Amino acid sequence: MTTLKVDVHHVTRVEGHGNIVVDTKNGEIKECRFEVVEAPRFFEAFVRGRPYRDLSHITSRICGICSVGHATTSLRATEKALGVEPSEQTVLLRKLNFHGEMIDSHILHTYMLVAPDFLGVGSVIPLVETHSDVVRRALRIKKLSGDLCAMIGGRHTHPCALTVGGFTHLPTETELREMRARMVDTRADMDETVALFATLPWPEFERETEYVSLKKADEYAFIDGTVVTSDGFSYPIEDYKKVTNE
Amino acid sequence: MTNDKSQMTTGKPKVAFFDFACCEGCQLTVIDALQTHLDLLDAVEIVQFREAMTEKGEDYQIAFVEGSCTRPSDEARLKKIREQASIVVALGACAYTGGVNALKGLHSLEDVRCWVYGDKADWYETYAVRPIDAVIEVDAFIPGCPIDREEFIGVVKSVLLGKKPPIPDYPICVECKLKENVCLFHVGKFCLGPVTRAGCDALCPTFGGGCEGCRGLIPHPNENAMKDVLAEAGLTVDDILSRFTMFNAYQMQEQAAEEEGK
Repeated sequence: MTTLKVDVHHVTRVEGHGNIVVDTKNGEIKECRFEVVEAPRFFEAFVRGRPYRDLSHITSRICGICSVGHATTSLRATEKALGVEPSEQTVLLRKLNFHGEMIDSHILHTYMLVAPDFLGVGSVIPLVETHSDVVRRALRIKKLSGDLCAMIGGRHTHPCALTVGGFTHLPTETELREMRARMVDTRADMDETVALFATLPWPEFERETEYVSLKKADEYAFIDGTVVTSDGFSYPIEDYKKVTNE
Repeated sequence: MTNDKSQMTTGKPKVAFFDFACCEGCQLTVIDALQTHLDLLDAVEIVQFREAMTEKGEDYQIAFVEGSCTRPSDEARLKKIREQASIVVALGACAYTGGVNALKGLHSLEDVRCWVYGDKADWYETYAVRPIDAVIEVDAFIPGCPIDREEFIGVVKSVLLGKKPPIPDYPICVECKLKENVCLFHVGKFCLGPVTRAGCDALCPTFGGGCEGCRGLIPHPNENAMKDVLAEAGLTVDDILSRFTMFNAYQMQEQAAEEEGK
């Protein structure tokens, strides 16, 4: 029987720091753990007592990949506390900004962090040599999504134009129309993306999992809605702590 | 893990990226810089970049470090990086000024640890936040939260040429005037532009939000005059301090300690 020790010190190609430790003896797993070794930063503690206008600008710094998500969540919490209801225009522009971030983080994850495993190289950098067209396509879509975020939020990472109740700056109609045209043009790249990932041999791995998401009657919810789980539970958004823990 | 032979013979400067307490947004900005500067990969050889690659080479000359030092293990790791690298560049606000991480220092360590982790506070190692130049010698810095893509490329070019990177030491107001923006103080808003290091093309003022000081203060800022201006704009002392501390809490505290010591 085999004895195997695995010690991955800092998992690579992910945001954040984690280690994997596996210890087997005589074919039996003695120890299997994922360690989160990220440095704690204490956002929950240091936002206390600061002006409400600064909060979304501070919380966006929790994560460079999903800064729009953290900023928007903070804005909605502040708006609920103050009894502020954003206008339809504000809601639509926030969603558009959110979609920009969604596209960006999905391209980062699929093309740059995951695809190298399937295409037989160690990272996106040698992929430039072996699959130049794939990398260039990823960079084109990433540029589009980054530009979309910057058009609305002022900056791709850590939006500066988002504020409580609305925006400190709005895109012009020309900018919106040009962005729309670019997004329509990107459909060909998106079709290629679907075609590429449909050919990759995904490992079969399923286990019993309870999934949690936001839900709205009329749309795929990212902002506001009800917290629902795949086991059929439903909670008002204010009770999110009942379904999350750290 | 060591480099294989093929990596040893390219002759290009070997570069590594490291992250400490941060959001990794500056490293993502580096990846985004490839959208317009894919040829960067022809100029250098990246041997370590945990967020983007699995390969892990310990033989590098230039180290880009994102994030603040927040615990003893960070300090040891930073010193090891300094021993190996000929050039260490602080990448972004967390590494350069301490960034928002240093807001922790406005409270007692005990308070923040218990507030967030309760009776499990001891599980998480942490101490007072420091920018990396408070721990090791730093050769160059790229300010900003996050860094600016073009400025990053400019610094890489300078470092490769052995020149001092062209980081502005004049305030944001210069860039705002060149863009012919209406001054935010004239429309009832407020801004740290007069005392903050330029180089972002006055991004936040242009988008109506007012500068928050993420690029750090200019050398010898007239802080008292700035505080008067902010007070005239209707800010309370608490508001003014919160503006100054958002990205520069470490500097404000160091300065206060220095003045107390005089």
